[in-house]
Amino acid sequence: MRYLVIILMSFLTISAQAQEKKNKNAKHQIEVKGNCEMCKKRIEKAAFDVRGVKSANWDLGEKQLSLIIDERRTSINEVEEAIADSGHDTENVKTTEDNYANLHFCCKYDRE
Amino acid sequence: MKKLLAIMFCALAMPVFAQDMISGLITDEKNQPLQGAIIVYTDDSDYAETNEQGNFELAKQHGKWIHISFIGYESKEFQVLDNDYFPIQLKQSADLDELVISTRRQSSQKSLFDNTNTTTMNSGELLKAACCNLAESFETNPSIDVNFSDAVTGTKQIRMLGLTSPYIMITEENIPSVRGASQAYGLTFTPGTWIESVQVTKGAGSVVNGYESMSGQINTELIKPATDIPFYLNLYGSQDSRFEANAHFNEKFSDKWSSSLFLHGNIRTDKKDMNDDGFMDHPTGNQINVMNRWQYLNLEKGWVGFLTARYMNDNKQMGELHFDPDTDRLTTNAWGGEVKTEKVDGSAKIGYVFPDMPFQSIGWQNAFSYHSQNSYFGLNQYDITQRSFYSNFIFSSIINNTLNKFSVGVNFNYDDYDEFLHNYQSKNYDRTDYSTGVFGEYTYDNTDNFALVLGLRADYSNQLDFFLTPRMHLRYNPWKDAVLRVSAGRGKRLANIFAENQNLLASSRNFLVHAQNDENYGLAPEIAWNYGISLMQRFYLFDRRGDVTVDFYRTDFDNQIVVDIDQSAREVAFYNLDGKSYANSLQVEVNYNLLKHLNLRAAYKYYDVQTEYAKGLMQKPLQAKNRFFANLEYATHETEAGGHWRFDFTWNWLDKQRLPYTGDNSETNRLANYSPAFSTFNAQVTKVFSDRFEVYVGGENIGNYRQDRIILGAEDPFGTEFDSTIAYGPVFGQMYYAGLRFKVK
Repeated sequence: MRYLVIILMSFLTISAQAQEKKNKNAKHQIEVKGNCEMCKKRIEKAAFDVRGVKSANWDLGEKQLSLIIDERRTSINEVEEAIADSGHDTENVKTTEDNYANLHFCCKYDRE
Repeated sequence: MKKLLAIMFCALAMPVFAQDMISGLITDEKNQPLQGAIIVYTDDSDYAETNEQGNFELAKQHGKWIHISFIGYESKEFQVLDNDYFPIQLKQSADLDELVISTRRQSSQKSLFDNTNTTTMNSGELLKAACCNLAESFETNPSIDVNFSDAVTGTKQIRMLGLTSPYIMITEENIPSVRGASQAYGLTFTPGTWIESVQVTKGAGSVVNGYESMSGQINTELIKPATDIPFYLNLYGSQDSRFEANAHFNEKFSDKWSSSLFLHGNIRTDKKDMNDDGFMDHPTGNQINVMNRWQYLNLEKGWVGFLTARYMNDNKQMGELHFDPDTDRLTTNAWGGEVKTEKVDGSAKIGYVFPDMPFQSIGWQNAFSYHSQNSYFGLNQYDITQRSFYSNFIFSSIINNTLNKFSVGVNFNYDDYDEFLHNYQSKNYDRTDYSTGVFGEYTYDNTDNFALVLGLRADYSNQLDFFLTPRMHLRYNPWKDAVLRVSAGRGKRLANIFAENQNLLASSRNFLVHAQNDENYGLAPEIAWNYGISLMQRFYLFDRRGDVTVDFYRTDFDNQIVVDIDQSAREVAFYNLDGKSYANSLQVEVNYNLLKHLNLRAAYKYYDVQTEYAKGLMQKPLQAKNRFFANLEYATHETEAGGHWRFDFTWNWLDKQRLPYTGDNSETNRLANYSPAFSTFNAQVTKVFSDRFEVYVGGENIGNYRQDRIILGAEDPFGTEFDSTIAYGPVFGQMYYAGLRFKVK
């Protein structure tokens, strides 16, 4: 009987996990600071270097990064960290002074 | 030594330290500073923005031009020479529109980021040609050479990389269209006004479209019902009595369903004989061509679909002026011929893009076609009927991310041919081909300067057995505004020797097939490898934009069906290649914006096309080794209503061409070893009154160059020396035309 309960319990936990199933194709749009084509390449490269990022496209005019990520593998926060690491401020994560200072001068966007 | 090292170090370090800067102050007419004006090098290498005080600073690039712009003000340009400071006043612009349309969209475009060497010709480019169908649309495209197939059928033949159209994969919206029975006239069965754009790709094609392409691919996109205008009318008439009419109707039934109906008719009535050889220079004839397409578009759910139905009926009559088909058909009363073609096509295409995953899609294309040609040329008779079915299923997605894309799919092809040839003797050549294949294509693109496409397909065909087709494309952008492309691939196909060479029936030649067995005319399939490399560089010279492309391609045949008209003027022999056959082609093309609104396109082309004939390795006959091409287009400034003038001028120069052997003819019908070199000129003027109405006039072959004695033995067309197929130049002299286009938007 005890075994049965355990088995049942484990079934329940499995289905509970299944309900919390992470979205394989989660769409996100975040603001990322930048100026030019060079920034675009750097931002997208930083995003693509994160495992689980399926699609990344930064719009120069709107300063918006459209992402499709596999949330089983990564999170939006992880992607923002990576982009900030490359020198670009995102909506929620700011880059360091050092990273900003290392940017090509044409990429030096206005910091808030 | 130490000193030397120190000097070298300094030299290396120099550029880092000694970066000169330029600076400036941008103001308006009242000397007020302009904040946010953009200063950009015209090659886009660097840029700066002015601050609140109107100042800017930018790394100095000696000799280059800077472009200074501010919205609502007239832009200015300066060359950066010795001075480092630029105090600049900008004038308020009278006309805001001018800023919006700063460069006119080029009607023929080459991309820096396409993975293949592709030129896209949009409808603007197609309008430059005199008329009127796909075969005639390449006159302003240097990658495609338009040649003369013979002196009686009025057919033009296209070549790419020095190889004739059967070696080019010709598709319509990615479904193979001109192949098999339609090789000779197929391109004339698509009216020019139906075409939205044409993509011309040199070198190995994509495996997705099949295994047959060897020298390149021409894909035609037709006008889509969802974006079509409600009504379009085009009328055309020319001095050589050709009249054409095109009418398009479009209806959008809902935000999802739309439909277009395209009607085309053309007729040529008068018999013209400008060179007084007793033969019509152009066939008389008529064509009716009708197409109806439906488009379903559901953007929210990701579905798109096309249903297309099409009917075409084309009749041509050619030969001696006094030939009357009713009484003289297949007799020796007079030499004449007719080609009657009927074509029915239908296709259904469906595409689905996964709404959560825009990078993943499914496409399924199905097409059937019925093509029937009945024809005779003098006493030669040629009938061919082809029934085809084509199906292609493609799944595209990504591996990990969109830098790694792939497509996989399955493809089925069925062709049933009934073919009859009477040439000294009668014979049927019926056959059925079917093939099934799977393919996969992987694309890596770092979204920056490098992309690699690897494709492989495996096919099984009842005629070709099992075989693999590998293809590869590579793109690398080594520096600013440059692109290097490399491609390689294999192609395999069955030659339809009579359909592809039916122009030779307009001669007294005896068709000799050196058959090895009973299947496929007794000849082996053709196999070729194509390798290519191309480099394109955009540049700014005197602050005008241009680009230069150099490309080299080589097509190497493992097997080819050799068409030999050099052994004797009495025969044409078809046999499997025994030895080498290759086509090397080099092209240098320059596009340059000479003045505002004036564009130049010029190209030099070199072709070395050699085949091992029975007589030895020789340049292909009727193929010029050197060709020059130049096109000038000028358009006046557009008025608010869209009115303007367009002028277009094209020059072609062809070097001498090797002529086939005629040594066994009587003296009057013997030709020199080489043809003379010659030039042709075309010009067109279009007056656009508004975006709804325009008229055009033009001239072809204005220099009036005509080939002498284009028909050998014209005096005795049933004699052994009659040959109308040694056509190296135009049959017809100057020809003028006029037309109009009317649109309801």
